[in-house]
Amino acid sequence: MPRTRAPRARLAVLGSAAQRSASASYSSRTRNALTRRAVMGVLVLLSLALITVYFRESTGGPLHRTQGVGASILRPFEVGVERIARPFRDVYGYFHGLAVARSQNAHLRSDLERYRQLYIQNATALHDNVQLRQMLNYEQGPSFPADYRPVNTRVIAGPPSQFEQQIVVAAGSNQGIARYDPVVTPAGLVGDVTKVFSNVARVTLLTDDQSAVGAMNLRGASGLVRHGASPGGTLILDQVTKDQVVYRGDRVLTQGSLAGGLPSIYPRGIPIGTVTHVGQSDVGLYKDIQLKPFVDFTSLESAIVLVPKVRSAQLP
Amino acid sequence: MVADAVKAGAILFVAALVQVTVLNRLRIFGGGPDLLLLALVGVSLLRGSVFGAAGGFCAGLVVDTADLGTLGLTSLVLTVAGYWIGRYGETTGRDRVHAPFVSVAVVTVLASFGELLLHFMIGDQVSARLVLLDALFPSILLNLALTAPVYALCRRLLRPPELAELATEVRLLG
Repeated sequence: MPRTRAPRARLAVLGSAAQRSASASYSSRTRNALTRRAVMGVLVLLSLALITVYFRESTGGPLHRTQGVGASILRPFEVGVERIARPFRDVYGYFHGLAVARSQNAHLRSDLERYRQLYIQNATALHDNVQLRQMLNYEQGPSFPADYRPVNTRVIAGPPSQFEQQIVVAAGSNQGIARYDPVVTPAGLVGDVTKVFSNVARVTLLTDDQSAVGAMNLRGASGLVRHGASPGGTLILDQVTKDQVVYRGDRVLTQGSLAGGLPSIYPRGIPIGTVTHVGQSDVGLYKDIQLKPFVDFTSLESAIVLVPKVRSAQLP
Repeated sequence: MVADAVKAGAILFVAALVQVTVLNRLRIFGGGPDLLLLALVGVSLLRGSVFGAAGGFCAGLVVDTADLGTLGLTSLVLTVAGYWIGRYGETTGRDRVHAPFVSVAVVTVLASFGELLLHFMIGDQVSARLVLLDALFPSILLNLALTAPVYALCRRLLRPPELAELATEVRLLG
């Protein structure tokens, strides 16, 4: 005879594998929950008590002593585990070392690059320091022309070609610079300003074929310093008559005036160069004198523009 | 019951020793695996909250004794962790495949917070940044990676309870 099951009966089967009354199941659950919570509470309280006692007692207290005994008991087990694990740890250490070495290598490379850049910066700063100190010594020294104030500037562009002996400096009319202001370095005369903008200026070097400077030596001979015909930045002292005395090795300075007593744009006494050759021919009117400039025009990095303290009428 | 307790004790004891001796020195991406926590997850999920709490307490004592730390500190954390995992296994996590993974992820975070808090409360010098930012995420990943093999081992050693043994804990609808 087929049995028909009520829905309630199916739920009862799902509710428990054993056929138990509802009240028995409820009391069992309650008992289990109470036991569970009691165990948990006891263990938590025990842990807290351990922490409190351990924290408050001295290192010679009973818990510390017990811990020491426990650690001694565990020691052989730890040694055993450590010995078993050592080969695995060595293998791990080997591969970890490889990985670390690779990352360390990259790290050291970046460090090296950083320190290389720092070295370059420091070397540049040292170089600049030396140059600036020289300029400062020159500006504070007795040879600096009294009627001028210095404008220290950096050379931002060199001569564009062998035929155009001009440089660009990073100072202009905003710094008080005007056309024809002389430009020097602590070593000697460089040239004069030929074009001025607000923050930059173009300087025509002594080696340019447009330049000419009234010059003299310390024996009283005077002439005109111009660019030389030979390459390498040599200069010539032109228009020195045969009766004037010039010897090889003489220092040549700016004269401060031109022929006929006209004022020069260059103040008197700025070093230009040393006489390297003196000669004369029977047919020539003047001596042939070659100079080696004090300034190395090929490696100019900074310069001093001499700005007159009292500016006279502008030259055309 | 006694055989289960012995097996669970052996699992946790070995896990605690390995953790103290080997794994505590291991640092992978700033974190380290916690084998003891994984073993506790396995035992608690398979044997319930009372087993979990007691196992966590004893394993914590072993750890604190072996590394000469503050006695009871790790016990407290692992007791709570074992109890919580056990309750999860007895209720919503039962027979769920993802239960061990969820338990490991959550308990790793909570245990880190708990240990940090307890160390802070007893005045130890601890770096929250190191524990919670630098080490926590790698530790979770490492623990999750080890969850499956460790849980499988625990399951092999501790037979899962029959449905009938746990049926009284089920709340039925209808």
